[in-house]
Amino acid sequence: MPTITLAQGLNEALRYCMQRDDHVLVMGEDVGRAGGVFRVTDKLQQEFGEQRVIDTPLAESGIVGTGIGLAIYGYKPVCEMQFDGFTYPAFEQITSHLAKYRSRTMGKLPLSVVIRIPYGGGIGAVEHHSESLEAYFTHTPGLKIVTPSTPSDAFSLLVQAIEDPDPVIFLEPKRRYWIRQEVELPVTNGTSRAARIVREGTDVTILTYGPSVRTVEDAAAEAEKDGVSCEVIDLRWLNPLDVDTIMTSVKKTGRAVVVTEAPVTGSFAAEIAARISEDDFLSLNAPVLRVGGYDIPYPPAKVEDLYLPDLDRVLDAVDRVLNY
Amino acid sequence: MRGYVDPGDVSTEAVQLLKPDGTLVPDHGYDLDLKEEDLREMYRLMILTRKVDQESTNLQRQGELGVYTPALGQEAAQVGAAYALEPQDWIFPSYRELGFAMLRAINPSDILHLFRGTWHGGLFDYREHRFAPYAVPIATQTLHAVGFATGAKLDGSNIVTIACFGDGATSEGDFHEACNFAGTWKTPIVFFCQNNQYAISVPLAKQTAAPTIAVKALGYGFPGVRVDGNDVLASYVVAREAFRRARRGEGPTLIEALTYRRGPHSTADDPKRYRTDEELKHWEALDPITRFETYLVAEGMLAPEFKEQCETEASKAAAKLRQEIVGAGPLDPALLFEHVYSERSQTLQREFEDFERDQEGR
Repeated sequence: MPTITLAQGLNEALRYCMQRDDHVLVMGEDVGRAGGVFRVTDKLQQEFGEQRVIDTPLAESGIVGTGIGLAIYGYKPVCEMQFDGFTYPAFEQITSHLAKYRSRTMGKLPLSVVIRIPYGGGIGAVEHHSESLEAYFTHTPGLKIVTPSTPSDAFSLLVQAIEDPDPVIFLEPKRRYWIRQEVELPVTNGTSRAARIVREGTDVTILTYGPSVRTVEDAAAEAEKDGVSCEVIDLRWLNPLDVDTIMTSVKKTGRAVVVTEAPVTGSFAAEIAARISEDDFLSLNAPVLRVGGYDIPYPPAKVEDLYLPDLDRVLDAVDRVLNY
Repeated sequence: MRGYVDPGDVSTEAVQLLKPDGTLVPDHGYDLDLKEEDLREMYRLMILTRKVDQESTNLQRQGELGVYTPALGQEAAQVGAAYALEPQDWIFPSYRELGFAMLRAINPSDILHLFRGTWHGGLFDYREHRFAPYAVPIATQTLHAVGFATGAKLDGSNIVTIACFGDGATSEGDFHEACNFAGTWKTPIVFFCQNNQYAISVPLAKQTAAPTIAVKALGYGFPGVRVDGNDVLASYVVAREAFRRARRGEGPTLIEALTYRRGPHSTADDPKRYRTDEELKHWEALDPITRFETYLVAEGMLAPEFKEQCETEASKAAAKLRQEIVGAGPLDPALLFEHVYSERSQTLQREFEDFERDQEGR
């Protein structure tokens, strides 16, 4: 079975979709000749031509805004934002138009557009290159949000996103672009939007997504050495959210920790914690804890390790819910 | 001097075919290919636009619309440019494009439901009329128009688009990005700026130091043209040339139609706070319909019966609009949850059930 990286999984998903559907376009800064700064669009322009893999001018609102026009015409644009922190110029097009067009036109002009965004920290980057911006989009009705954590999911979730009739924000955990996995492509999930149970356990449920999944897996392996059994769930889709998988697990373990890189206040982790408390308070043996970034601007690279949730902070939260 | 460009070198003249007194400018240099029936049709559309526009303002004043954005004074700019479109072409409006909508025979109340607060996008069929929903965030629709036209070009179709916006929109980043993308990609689009002199209360002089809006096109590598926007024939010929250019694959044109918004920006503001009566009177004397009518009458192309017929039709349209708007109830609130996504998520379904329970309790 071939071994691929997460970035290659994405690249193969784009190729797979472009081969199957002539209407799929890739557009963004440096996506063509350069193949993307993370090589996610590598060699696509050679294969599909400049008409379908479009090097755009350097303007994020322009990329999303013209993507919307292309979608109204009938194309399926996959727009790349080069980095999380450069998505903000496109915020108006995403929130005021992309998210609302289906609703305001009563379903007459749905927009099937994917916005790919490398997100999160951990690669020693300069400022504005390490943001976790998912809560802006999970807070916006009309958008779907998905984030893979493995090369296999990178492929299958991106295919799902491109085939989705609704606009999808596709968040790519950039510090995991190079992780490897043996995968036989194509892998498909069909239309399922289920979360992935990464590891089964009985004592505590750890809910996470994207770049933090690997961290949590390591923490769970460490906890096992101390005789603590963690169930790890990779949410995959933040919207639509697989509430059943979350609640089934929490009912079983009675304890939950949510792990994210984003600043915790107003984060999607906060939403998960609230939902668990609302839906099944009586199953809980301890408050739901959030482990995330601090409520400070993302720090400079030399000290980013102090900011990102690591094994110790996850284990500490596990201890706290167990000893509550 | 070598290497320099200077705003002082820019022509501020505007293309004009009809003088304000309604006589034809001699040697205007354009091929006026309109037949008599075309001219009468343009006249009919201008009368219809003005009447429906006035009735919309009345409806707002009577509390039937939450707000309205009058097009009074801008009928020639809109109808002239719209008349140069081919049926397959797409219009990307801002929120003041009633003249374009009338050309596309959109039922006025279907647009005004946006302002009544019935449904954000209005209730008309966008694809049937090749008319995008009104765009309220300034200049954002210019990018949609570029994207759509790019799609048309990729697809090998002969569709061109027109992006409509005002002078204030040219300060927005999206306008710049739209022009830059379109220039770079040679997109078949016409950027149609109705320079109506004000962005709510802010006059053009506080919006830009550029000598004209048309000159901005040069920065994006395509031509710009300034036209007398109260001259329907000038607006038509200039737009026609721009559409032909786009269809020939030569890329975009920026048209600056010089006109004047005689009403408020929207019914929510009072223009007396920011402009003088003298200025308004000056522009009233330049009324686009009077100018065109004088020309048509002098040329013997506007029989009194036809004029009366146009006015009767416009009054009927206004009455129909009133009938369809006054007292129109809200839509089924369940629709609010219906089109957010192609299908409801489990979370949204639960909220919907809560919502329905809440409604039952009322």
